[in-house]
Amino acid sequence: MMKKRIQLLDEQLIIKDASKALGMPGRRLFGKRALSLGALSMLSGCGLTNENSVEKMLMSISRFNDGAQALLFDPTQLAQTYPESMITTPFPFNAFYAESEVPEIDEDYTLELSGMIANKDEWTLAALTALPQTSQITRHICVEGWSAIGKWGGVMFSDFLHRVGADTTAKFVGFRCADDYFTSIDMATALHPQTLLTLTYADQVLPAKYGYPMKLRMPTKLGYKNPKHITEIFVSNTNPGGYWEDQGYNWFGGS
Amino acid sequence: MNSLAVETTKPIHPAWMRITHWLNAIAVVIMVMSGWKIYNASPIFDFKFLGAITLGGWLGGAIQWHFAAMWLFAVNGVFYITLNILGGRYRAKFWPINVGGFLNDVKQALGGRLAHDDLSKYNMVQKSAYLLVTLALMILILSGLVVWKSVQFPLLLSLMNGYDNARIVHFWAMAFVVIFLAIHLVMVALVPRTLLTMFRGR
Repeated sequence: MMKKRIQLLDEQLIIKDASKALGMPGRRLFGKRALSLGALSMLSGCGLTNENSVEKMLMSISRFNDGAQALLFDPTQLAQTYPESMITTPFPFNAFYAESEVPEIDEDYTLELSGMIANKDEWTLAALTALPQTSQITRHICVEGWSAIGKWGGVMFSDFLHRVGADTTAKFVGFRCADDYFTSIDMATALHPQTLLTLTYADQVLPAKYGYPMKLRMPTKLGYKNPKHITEIFVSNTNPGGYWEDQGYNWFGGS
Repeated sequence: MNSLAVETTKPIHPAWMRITHWLNAIAVVIMVMSGWKIYNASPIFDFKFLGAITLGGWLGGAIQWHFAAMWLFAVNGVFYITLNILGGRYRAKFWPINVGGFLNDVKQALGGRLAHDDLSKYNMVQKSAYLLVTLALMILILSGLVVWKSVQFPLLLSLMNGYDNARIVHFWAMAFVVIFLAIHLVMVALVPRTLLTMFRGR
């Protein structure tokens, strides 16, 4: 707002100066220069505001694309699964920090629940492991374009949400992580049968680099939508955004 | 005189064709340049595109450009093809097309003897090029849908022989369009009247 006003004032001043100068015959050359200067400053000012409005336009189209993807998302359509022989080894490590900075999580870890959930009791890793387990071999697709096939095991997320009495009519499920990462997903994807609260990778306890103690695995979404080292899960009707999403990655991030 | 009168009443390129041509040009240039930036985030081959000729600043920005321009590209493309079919332009402009005539026109073109007296008629090389680039753009849409939403389009996914292969198909279809565009621009430079007809219709 301030910028815009200052810019407007500047433009008016320049135009005023220029027209004054043009009014005096002896200063025609100066007038010409002032006018071209004014024109230049207007052009550059225009460029700045345009850049801003282009960014806004792209952001609003990205919000429109969230809606388009929600429409396109078929809650019964399963992602392709693969035989064990096709698993990518080693499965690539990927985060917004180096592998040496992966958070270390100790044994007294608990998972917190908040928001529109009836039973907000904390969950220990042992309690989670005691729940019925399932596994999947699916393709992880990164927003950068590369993909890798891996085997994840754990609790069906829809089972977990129902068990803790989450309000599944709410719009969003949010995640806060031990590495300060955060993200959120739509309820439809949260309830998808392949959305898995994973506790294992390749039948072993989830290694630190893949998200110990747990990662939410969704083969229907791009990699950055799959949070690791989850410490808190919450259900909400306001969009909690996300680490990358707030910087411009598409929020829905479906695949 | 008479023929001049006919020319002024009936444009070589109808208005809808000129409009869809330029909207398509804008959409394709945005998609190609932002696509190069997206490619650079995880190159398929052993090279990257020069940052200066890419669009978006960073991966997130490039993706925003790519998935904004896709709507213009797709909606405009549907209009173009529908109007071509319904208006009978495909039949009038592109039929007949045959290999013999194509080879003959290529020979003529390489010798610099291919006539462009009548801009209302496409030669065989033009016919093939315009149809093939349309096909390449359709392949870009189909492979792009797989790269964008591989889970939601299982039939297209198997048609493209998997996600990773869809990226390769997407790349080569892009390469074909870029090569077409380069030759297209050279041709326009050689026969500048064609640029005028694409603006004014005559």
